[in-house]
Amino acid sequence: MSGFGFSEEQVLRYSRHIILPHVGGAGQRKLLDAKVLCVGAGGLGSPIAMYLAAAGVGTIGLLDFDRVDLTNLQRQLLHDTDDVGRPKVESGMERLRAINPGVDVITHDTMLTSANAMEILSGYDIVVDGSDNFPVRYLVNDAAQMLGKPLVYGSIFQFEGQATVFLPGQETPCYRCLFPQPPPPGAVPSCSEAGVFGVLPGIVGSIQAVEAIKLITGIGTPLVGRLLLFDALEMEFTTVKLRWDPECPVCGKSPTVTELIDYEAFCGLPPRLGEIV
Amino acid sequence: MITVRIPSAMRGLTDGAAHVEVEGMTVREALDALVVRHPALGARLFDDQGKVRRFVNLYVGEDDIRFSEGLDTAVPEGGTLSILPAVAGG
Repeated sequence: MSGFGFSEEQVLRYSRHIILPHVGGAGQRKLLDAKVLCVGAGGLGSPIAMYLAAAGVGTIGLLDFDRVDLTNLQRQLLHDTDDVGRPKVESGMERLRAINPGVDVITHDTMLTSANAMEILSGYDIVVDGSDNFPVRYLVNDAAQMLGKPLVYGSIFQFEGQATVFLPGQETPCYRCLFPQPPPPGAVPSCSEAGVFGVLPGIVGSIQAVEAIKLITGIGTPLVGRLLLFDALEMEFTTVKLRWDPECPVCGKSPTVTELIDYEAFCGLPPRLGEIV
Repeated sequence: MITVRIPSAMRGLTDGAAHVEVEGMTVREALDALVVRHPALGARLFDDQGKVRRFVNLYVGEDDIRFSEGLDTAVPEGGTLSILPAVAGG
């Protein structure tokens, strides 16, 4: 595989990709050169980060401010029983390095806020959203649109999940085109309140990893303009069409939101302690 | 007959049913029939003015009714109306 600059170990490690039609040495080189940010190192973030690491994505950012809790282990495979109480980005980094020591893991042991989002996201080519709350989802969407970064979206509730890809710019939808307004606080219970089927984030996060790898390598048809819906109980995969909204305040014809806002206030929540917006 | 797909977040209000069959020519008629059968769904789908809540999307087949005729969008016989609320879990 001369010309792609692989070591002998890399040729073997990635051989099943390299011999694969569409990926090949060129695709593997793109993976090794890619920088992907995983927002959240929990249920979705676990399969996302682990598959990207195994695939040889050269730089993986892991962002989470949380610590591992015993209740996480039913689904969050980045973390072990012995990790309870440790920062998720630390145990997550160890897992990724164990899977593939060749990957450069950058940890962001912080909450994503309007004050730090632009700086953090700007260091990556692609953003994958595995967060667990509405303010961060709108924040990640807006920052990715403003920075011109593709965003791989996934979200889960109980037995159901959603996934799609939001490309920057006009003509393709963003998260705000899909859901122009967040639900009022308390209208949608969280996983800790409503429970979550442990395997569900494994399926949805794996789909997000597929889409991230397709974007990096440029193969296949990205999940753009279509929202994939997965129902584990009925074992149904369906898609619905997503439309770009010309009136969208972020990616529409005349954007009214051109810098990051206070997303807690947007979602009807009190400001977070210590956050400067 | 129209099949309404109920998201898991709302199945507590439909005795656990993931699909409910109703009669109706439009989205409004289908949802009215659904709410007659499962009254608690009304407040989850509509605001005080009777408008569909902004964080609940409705699709006839694959198409978002916001980009067609809204509640007046026709639903074909044998068609599917999907209710899709925003969820944020990760």
